[in-house]
Amino acid sequence: MRAFELESVEAIDQAVSHRRVHDGEAFIAGGTTLLDLVKLDVMQPEKVVDVTRLPLKRIETLEDGRLKIGALVSNTELAKHEIVLRDYPVLSEALLSGASTGLRNMASTGGNVMQRTRCPYFRDPDMPCNKREPGTGCSALDGINRNHAVLGTSEHCIATHPSDMCVGMVAAGATLVLEGPDGQREVAFEDYHLLPGDHPEREHDLKPGELITHVILDTPRGGGQHYLKLRDRASYEFALASCAAIVSLDGDNVSEVRVALGGVATKPWRATAAEEALKGQPATQENFERAADAAFTDAVAYSHNGYKITLGKQAIARALRDATARARA
Amino acid sequence: MSDSIIGAGPKRIDGQRKVTGEAPYAADHHPDNMAYGYGVFSTIASGTITGLDLEAARQSPGVIDIFHHNHFPELHRTPSSMAQGNKVEETRLPFEDNRVHYEGQFVALVVADTFDNARAAARKVGVSYQRDDAIANLDQGVKAHGTKPGSGNHERGDAEGNFDGAAHSIDVTYTTPVETHNPMEMHASVASWEGDRLSIFESSQGVVQQRGALSKIFGIPPSHIRVESPFIGSGFGSKLWMWPHAVAASVAARETGRPVQLVVPRPQMFTTTGHRPETRQRMRLATDDNGRLVSLRHESINTTSFTDQYVETCGSVTQSLYSCPNLTVSHETTRVNRGTPTSMRAPGAAPGLFALESAIDEMALAAGVDPLEFRLNNYADRDESQDLDFSSNHIREATEKAAEKFGWHDRNPEVGSMRDGHEIVGYGMAACNWEAIKRECEARVSLRADGTAYVTCATQDIGTGTYTIIAQTVSDITGLGLEKITVRLGDTSYPNGPISGGSWTTATTLPAVAAATREAIKELKGYATSEKGDFADVDNDSDSLVFENGQLTHDGQGVNYVDVLKGQKLASADGHAHTQGADDRYSYRSFGAHFVEVRWDPGISNLRVSRVVSAIDVGRVINSLTARNQVEGAIVMGLGMAHFEATDYDARNGRPVNNNYAEYVVPVHADQPPEVDVILLDYPDLEFNEFGARGIGEIGITGMAAAVANAVYHATGKRIRDLPIFKEKLMENIPAVQSA
Repeated sequence: MRAFELESVEAIDQAVSHRRVHDGEAFIAGGTTLLDLVKLDVMQPEKVVDVTRLPLKRIETLEDGRLKIGALVSNTELAKHEIVLRDYPVLSEALLSGASTGLRNMASTGGNVMQRTRCPYFRDPDMPCNKREPGTGCSALDGINRNHAVLGTSEHCIATHPSDMCVGMVAAGATLVLEGPDGQREVAFEDYHLLPGDHPEREHDLKPGELITHVILDTPRGGGQHYLKLRDRASYEFALASCAAIVSLDGDNVSEVRVALGGVATKPWRATAAEEALKGQPATQENFERAADAAFTDAVAYSHNGYKITLGKQAIARALRDATARARA
Repeated sequence: MSDSIIGAGPKRIDGQRKVTGEAPYAADHHPDNMAYGYGVFSTIASGTITGLDLEAARQSPGVIDIFHHNHFPELHRTPSSMAQGNKVEETRLPFEDNRVHYEGQFVALVVADTFDNARAAARKVGVSYQRDDAIANLDQGVKAHGTKPGSGNHERGDAEGNFDGAAHSIDVTYTTPVETHNPMEMHASVASWEGDRLSIFESSQGVVQQRGALSKIFGIPPSHIRVESPFIGSGFGSKLWMWPHAVAASVAARETGRPVQLVVPRPQMFTTTGHRPETRQRMRLATDDNGRLVSLRHESINTTSFTDQYVETCGSVTQSLYSCPNLTVSHETTRVNRGTPTSMRAPGAAPGLFALESAIDEMALAAGVDPLEFRLNNYADRDESQDLDFSSNHIREATEKAAEKFGWHDRNPEVGSMRDGHEIVGYGMAACNWEAIKRECEARVSLRADGTAYVTCATQDIGTGTYTIIAQTVSDITGLGLEKITVRLGDTSYPNGPISGGSWTTATTLPAVAAATREAIKELKGYATSEKGDFADVDNDSDSLVFENGQLTHDGQGVNYVDVLKGQKLASADGHAHTQGADDRYSYRSFGAHFVEVRWDPGISNLRVSRVVSAIDVGRVINSLTARNQVEGAIVMGLGMAHFEATDYDARNGRPVNNNYAEYVVPVHADQPPEVDVILLDYPDLEFNEFGARGIGEIGITGMAAAVANAVYHATGKRIRDLPIFKEKLMENIPAVQSA
């Protein structure tokens, strides 16, 4: 590991003023992504700014009914918070399906939003990677890509976004609060992560020096909720395909539905085509499968990951079925 | 022999030291003034180093020296003979020349004052290469340069001539991928020199072999080398033989004049410390009308390195498990640009029984016979490959007992016919088998005046319970409680002991320890019957002088052995023993059978193993807790082999890409089947040794992958002949590749 300077900050304005983040500086909270990548020599920050003392550890209900979550709330605390368990069970399930207890205790809400891909070529400084070193090429396209994305890919990058939490947040609906040298702004969660396109090195809408301070969840959607994660082993593995589903019923018909996907896409993926296909329709298995098909219309299969198109559809159909059962309960 | 302690289930006597962190592992040693090494590893799989740019690394903080092929002392290769006690798997020395034979090979070693400084500097070493085309896998190797004959071949009768006209036959090919051992504790060396004497702490399954190899490599007598490995965080075979890092650490320590610690980073645990090689196995089987085998051919090819030939003896079990007059087993190797493979838990048998026991299942189906009945009809009653009786073989009882407990007879043989909710249930079975080996061994036992016993042997406890069963042995003979017995292992300053491998530690060390204990008692009797002794009038060979429960007794008069020693002002009575390996009167093997239930949910393509019943015949069980633990652990490792594990090499450059614990998938707790039922038959094999124990570390993994694959076939109708059984191999309607 290369040596870096470590600075601790006590206040948000101290954290965000005059930062060169993106350019030799990095924020650190739980460190579960950053330190791994520094040890692998994938990230080489000259300076690391420790933000763990900032007052961003609260979960509070806003007057309009939304839930405001401090960026330093740990994954464990968020997953087990009584309001989350009651009003956003899909988020709690997503969080608890990720990583291990030890990692969830360390990992923060803001850090989870910022976690980097597990693409092995990104994590290997000796291999070309457009995300790590723009213009060097994508090793995964013709390499081993069983774990890679089928949605939102480009000819420059097919790496998945690895988070479970973010998939739950996309389904629940959320807004990110960002603090920067030029003040505070809000970004819709769905718009925050960027598709790789021609610039896979640009992963999100965070301007230099900005820090995620809060995630605000939309007012609770009610309905039946479920997060289903499919993988090889039963725990401690990133999703091969996952689905967060929220279903509200009007009689036997689906009145409102939210579908988000993980493990199959280059960013936490809102499957609007699936939602549109199902909304207003009877909540039947046939319709769930039709919605699932709609989500993958534009999917691209690479040499080892065509199965993810099938698996992703299965995740959607099963998650919708189970969320619907809960909506009926 | 008392029945109380042999066969009982005392907890590991070293358990508390391990769970409290008190037990020292190799990298826990920090001699004064120690420096740290960190490797620079090749980023190509084949080629030549054309240049090294060391300037930036030399300027890096704390750097002491940087070793490479132009800056490394001339050493000698070891002849690599197990019999001579100097075997290594990779005979090429690190930094021997500028050739690169595999990705992740040592190309330089940075030594610095701290670990972090060494690692930081290692990243600054620039290496330029002349890159050659790499042979990245078995198919490429066979295509490029064919195969080379291996060892362990066998032929009897005329397998070819009895195949074509047979009533039923199959001709199928199985493949298994590279598996990596992945012990939790990474390979590590801490080397120090005092003059021309080398002392090294190593995470090793074989300290005596490592001493012998270092002796040959450095040209110094074995008596000048001490290798210590009191505790290891598992090895699974990867730590049987010394790897290049230990030579590199020893050289660095000698040249810098400081102790040097070198830990192999996790990614290079996939490249430079061995692996189970890739195999391709063609199976041709034929039966008569009655479903009796008339022809069996098992032809295996495995990958090896460009530096050494390692043969994975996949057909080792095939020779003798089933009765068949016409049988051929052959092993060949092909060279690829990977490091040298090595033994991994049940080498040969683990991949070999995946092929054999899958093929038996296919053969039974082709002959229209239930797979259980087919095995019972065809199991060999004697070892036809050696024309010897088995010393003890209860495979029929094991198979029937496990079948009964599992409920095999409730199985509906029709594929996909057993359902539970949206899951399809499949039942599969396989035989398991492993050779029983006993080696030469020495041990020393002291009965001490403080009322304790002290045992030494230069074997190792690799987590299996060797410390505990050795203490049980001494306790059994002396009557001393386990808490009074100190066992010291893993140090070449002790009497020569075996490598911890091949499942032979129990059968090898226990007779030596028992004999040494008896020698110590004999010496004690000599003291007691000497002129000033408590039994001065008794002949020291007299049968009437008995040692039991810590007492010497004669004619109803008992004296505590402590008092015997104190009476003579002696510290201890000592015994040393040197016992021999097994004879060849019988074929010594262990037997068993696995029964497995899988559940396949086609709606979400989820496969899990829900139930395992295994019955194992390994002779006498010495410690019921640690023995069961070995079989249960092997079963879980077998599940990993069946549907999770494979080291993925990028075919373009031979690089392992899933070289970490997140992407190289081994089973975790949540994958443990809800029911694992291990039946230990516990029939003493007294032809093998006085304890009747044959060893238990490896047999449990053999056959597991086949049992799972056979159950998967029963559930899904898909015969998976290529491990691992990834879900996409069972899925329908997978879209074709759309990208260019």
